[in-house]
Amino acid sequence: MLVPTADNNTMLSVRNLSISVGPSGKRIVDGLNFDLAPSDMLALVGESGSGKTMAARSIVSLLPAPLVTTPDSSIHFEGQELTGLAAKALRRIRGARIGMVFQEPMVSLNPAVTIGEQMAEGLRLHGAMSRAEIKDRSLAMLERIQIKDPGKCLAAYPHEFSGGMRQRIMLASVMLLKPRLLIADEPTTALDTLVQRDVLDLMVELTRENGTAVLLISHDLGMVSHYVNNVTVMCEGKAVEQGSSTQVLHAPQHDYTKRLVDALPKRSAGGSRKTVDGPPLVEISNVVIDYPGRPRLFGRAQPKRAVDGVDLTIRRGETLALVGASGSGKTTLGRAIVGLVRPASGTISFLGTAIANDRSADARAQRRGMQIVFQDPYSSLDPRQSIAEIITEPLKLDTELDRKRRTARMDEVIEEVGLTRDLLERFPHQLSGGQRQRVAIARAIVRRPAFVVADEPVSALDMTVQKQILLLIRSLQERYGFACLFVSHDLGAVEQVADRVAVMQDGRIVEIGDRDDVFDRPRHAYTRALLDAAMLIDRHFADGAGARKAVAR
Amino acid sequence: MIARARGRPGLKFNATFGVAVTGALILLAVFGPWIAPYDPLKLDLPSRLSGPSPQHLLGADEFGRDVLSRLASGARTSAWIAFATVAFALILGIVFGVLAGFLRGWVDRVVMMVNDAFLAFPGLLLALGLIAVIGASREGIIVALGLAYMPIVVRVVRASVMSIREREYVEASRVMGNSEIITMARHVLPNCVAPIIVLATTMFGWIILSESALSFLGLGVPPPAPSWGNMLSTARPYIGQAPHLIILPGLCISITLLGINMLGDAVRDWLDPKM
Repeated sequence: MLVPTADNNTMLSVRNLSISVGPSGKRIVDGLNFDLAPSDMLALVGESGSGKTMAARSIVSLLPAPLVTTPDSSIHFEGQELTGLAAKALRRIRGARIGMVFQEPMVSLNPAVTIGEQMAEGLRLHGAMSRAEIKDRSLAMLERIQIKDPGKCLAAYPHEFSGGMRQRIMLASVMLLKPRLLIADEPTTALDTLVQRDVLDLMVELTRENGTAVLLISHDLGMVSHYVNNVTVMCEGKAVEQGSSTQVLHAPQHDYTKRLVDALPKRSAGGSRKTVDGPPLVEISNVVIDYPGRPRLFGRAQPKRAVDGVDLTIRRGETLALVGASGSGKTTLGRAIVGLVRPASGTISFLGTAIANDRSADARAQRRGMQIVFQDPYSSLDPRQSIAEIITEPLKLDTELDRKRRTARMDEVIEEVGLTRDLLERFPHQLSGGQRQRVAIARAIVRRPAFVVADEPVSALDMTVQKQILLLIRSLQERYGFACLFVSHDLGAVEQVADRVAVMQDGRIVEIGDRDDVFDRPRHAYTRALLDAAMLIDRHFADGAGARKAVAR
Repeated sequence: MIARARGRPGLKFNATFGVAVTGALILLAVFGPWIAPYDPLKLDLPSRLSGPSPQHLLGADEFGRDVLSRLASGARTSAWIAFATVAFALILGIVFGVLAGFLRGWVDRVVMMVNDAFLAFPGLLLALGLIAVIGASREGIIVALGLAYMPIVVRVVRASVMSIREREYVEASRVMGNSEIITMARHVLPNCVAPIIVLATTMFGWIILSESALSFLGLGVPPPAPSWGNMLSTARPYIGQAPHLIILPGLCISITLLGINMLGDAVRDWLDPKM
C-alpha cells in the first residue's frame, strides 16, 4: 500500500515485513515497509498491540518463541539481507552495528553485575581491545553522559541508580560500540516527565555525534513530533500512515491517526470548568511523613522525609491535581489521606472531623467516604475475584444493603463506567488495561464516596484509552459531585481534568493555584521546568518551536 | 473438576489420574479390611516368602502373612498418617506463616526465631526426639512428624504472604474499610494457595517415607500392624529371596505419590482463574 521509494542513501530498508504466530498463524505485523537513511531518525508509533515492538525486534531477529517473520519479508541493512541470516553472523551485527535500548531500565540491566562490567561486555565481544583501553573508553563515555564520579560508577551496581540514571547508563553502554543503527523501544515510557526529556535529549546528542541512525518506537505522538521528522503510524500490524511528523500531527489522513492525534492532551478536551467554591472536604494541616531508614548493621539509617509539612485543602466537588516528579512525595501524601501510610505528625480531617492516625475501627468507618484508584490496573485487582465480586466487595461493609440491592447497585455502576454486564463473570486477566481501570473506578465509586484519590490513574494506559478514562472520571464527577485528588506526573492529563493544581517538590508544595494560572503563569522555577519538559502539543504549536527537532534537513 | 479441565489435555490427564488414584486409595483405606482375603496378622508358616500363587495372590512375607491383605490394611494406616500429618503441619504452618508474614514486627521475629530453631534440627531427628517424649503410637507419629514438617510450611507461607501483602489489591481492600483479618482471609490467603498445594502434595510423599524410616528405627507404627513403610523396611533382609516383598509396597507408595502430586497440580490449576 505505502511503499516508499528507496533512494541510494538508504541504510536500512524494510520491505513487506510480516510477522506471524507460527509459520501459518495470525499475522501480527502485515506488509510493513520503511526506509532509514544513515544518521536519520524514524519513529514507529502505535498503541500496545499494534506490532511496533515486534517489527523492531525482528530487525535483529529477537522475536519471542512462536513468532516468525514470513519468508517473503525482506530486511536490508547496509548491503546485507538480515532475514534468514545465520545466528553467528547475526551476533556480529547485534550490538556492534545495531544497538538496542529497551523500555524498562529497572530490569534491562543485570542486577548482579557491576556497571563497568556490563559496559565492557560489548566492547570485549566486538572489538579487540585491552582492559585499560576498555576502561578508558567506559570512563570517557560516563563523563560524556555527565554521571557524577564515573570511576565510582564503574564499580557500582544497577540498584544504586534511579530509573533515569540507569537508562542513561544503558544508552551509554549501547552507544559505546558506535553502532550504525540504534533501536530504542519506548526508551522513556517508564520515566517521569523531567527525566524523559533529559534521556531523549541525550539520546539525540549521542546519536548525532556518532552518525547513528535511530529507529524510535513509541506510543506518544506528541513526544515523537518533538524529536523525529519521519513517522510511521501502525495499527493492528499495518502501517496506516507515513510521512513527516508535522504533517501527520497537523493533517492526519487515516481515521486511526486522527484518533491518536485527538487523544493527545489538550486543555480544551476537559472543557472549561467554573471554579468550584464548595466548603472544604479534606483538610490537611502540617502533615509530615517519614519513611524509616534502611536497617544498618547497628540500628537504622536516618529516616527519609517524604512529605515535609504540607497544608492542603480540598473542597467539595473539585479536582485538585497534585503534580511533581517521582520522589516528590505526591503519592505518599495521597496514600496518607486514605490511611495507607501513617503520618509522623500533623492532622488530616475529613468532613470536618480529624481522623485518628491509625487503622482502628473508628478511623476505618470515618474513611469509608473516601476511596482510591491505583496506577496499575494489573496489580490493583485481586486475580482470584470475578469482576462482580470486585465491584460488590465494598458494599458488603454496608449492612443496610442486602444481596439484591447490592446486585442492583453493581448493575448500575457497571453501566456508568461504560462496561457491559457480560463482563461481570470474568476475571481481571481476561480484560484489557482500559477495562480493568474502569473496574477499579467502579469499585471506588460504588459506595458513592465524597472523595476519591486517583493515583496516576492513566499513566499505565494507551493514549486513546487515557483520554477515555479521563473523560469518564470527569463525567462521573459531574454526576456524583465527589471531590478528587488527582496525583500525576503527566501534565497533559492534569491539564484536562484539574480545577486547581498543586506542585510538589521534595515533599513540599511549592505552588498552588487555579489550573489556568499555574499553566499559563507559573511562578515557581520548578513549575516552569516541569511545564517545559512536558511536551504538550498545544504549547508546542503556540510557540512555533520546531527548535527541538533532531535532524533538520 | 474434570469437566472444567476439558479442552486442556495435560490438565485433564492430571485430574483424571489424580482423582482415580486418590479415590482408589480412599476406598482401600476405608474398605481395606473387607477386601483383604485374610487377616493381615494371620501366620501361615509353610508359605513363608512364597511368590504369587492362587492361595496368596501377591505372595506371602517372612512369616507367611498374606501380602495383599497387609497392603490393603496398611493403606489405611499409611494414608491416615500421611493425611493427618499433612493437615496438622499445614494448619499450624499456615497460622504461624500468615501471622508472621502479615503482621511482621515482633510477631514475625518471635515466630521465625522459634521456627528457625526447629529447622536447625534434621527433621527425622526432631521427630525421633518428639516420639521419645510422646510415645510411639499413631497419634504420636502424626504429632511428631507434623511438628517436624511445620517449619517448612511456615517459611513457604510467610514468603508468599509477604509478597502478596504488598500488592495494590490488598491496599485497595484496606481503603475499602475491610479489617485486617478480612483482608487477610479474602485477598492474601487465596492468592497463596498455589505454593501451599504444591508443598502439601510433596509433603505427603515425604511423610510416607519418613514413617517408614521411623519404622525402620523401631519407632514407627509398632509391629505386627502393617504400614507400607514398615513392610518396606522389614522386607529388606529378604530382598534376594523374595523381591516382591519390597517391590509391591514400593509400587504402592510410588503410585500413590504420583497420583497425589497430579491431583495437587490439577487442583492448583483448577483454582487459578488464569488457567
